Amino acid sequence: MLYHVQIKVMPLKDLLDPQGKAVLGGLHNLGLESVQDVRVGKHITLDIEANDANSAKAIAEEAGKKLLANPVMEFFEIELIN
Amino acid sequence: MKFGIVVFPGSNCDRDMQHALSVDLGQEVEMLWHKDQDLSHFTSDDCIVLPGGFSYGDYLRCGAIARFSPMMQSVITFAENGGKVLGVCNGFQILCESGLLPGALLQNNHQQFSCKNVFIQGKDGKPLQIPIAHGEGRYYADEATLNQMESNGQILFTYCGKGGESGAAYNPNGAVRDIAGICNANRNVFGMMPHPERATSSVLHNQDGIAVFKQLGLI
Repeated sequence: MLYHVQIKVMPLKDLLDPQGKAVLGGLHNLGLESVQDVRVGKHITLDIEANDANSAKAIAEEAGKKLLANPVMEFFEIELIN
Repeated sequence: MKFGIVVFPGSNCDRDMQHALSVDLGQEVEMLWHKDQDLSHFTSDDCIVLPGGFSYGDYLRCGAIARFSPMMQSVITFAENGGKVLGVCNGFQILCESGLLPGALLQNNHQQFSCKNVFIQGKDGKPLQIPIAHGEGRYYADEATLNQMESNGQILFTYCGKGGESGAAYNPNGAVRDIAGICNANRNVFGMMPHPERATSSVLHNQDGIAVFKQLGLI
């Protein structure tokens, strides 16, 4: 069965995110002064052929650990869509 | 010592490195294609260089995709067997992504690509003027790793002022502890953001890069 998996990759909470700071400045320039902070990450979707949901999740987990996120600077969360 | 320079899709300092090593420094140099895997003609006395550039378009993260290229599998084995490996700029990023060097290179703290001359100093404290050209050069590792690296003498180059002054004003990207270049615990894998190969020729009126190659024990 084909499983659709979404992976959210975000910079670690303690690290400065310059891209987020630049976007925050842009939002303030738009007049959205109430926005206090912005952090920018990545949203990655995977279509995985697997026997069951747990196998699909395990494959996504391996993809996240080995390539999609760098644990020195990022963390990731997996969500199974179907 | 012989040098091998790996050419990835998107490398753009490979020819600069080749010119610096062969013409300016008189070394034997061989270009290596990322899809090849044969390093059997290199011994642990030799050095593999990962040049600067934008390998694989910097997709996902700088150096993340290059790390899985066929040649990198051989370079990792070569390094594990004691062979010397030098990564400059994007090459440094690839070495961190490969796990051959600790830490990671993050986006510059000021959000801009920096292309200018800076000063760095090594163990002897003499300031060397070396160009930088990067958007993701902010070296980062956690405190425990940094302390271990410092006690092992793995922090090889730090950013400084013209007179050797230290401080945030001389750090071009927000790198932790002003780190510009490091090595691994075995001292055979080296990574640095500044480009020594851009400062080895008399016609460029700056040959401070030669001192960098000397301090790394590569010439």
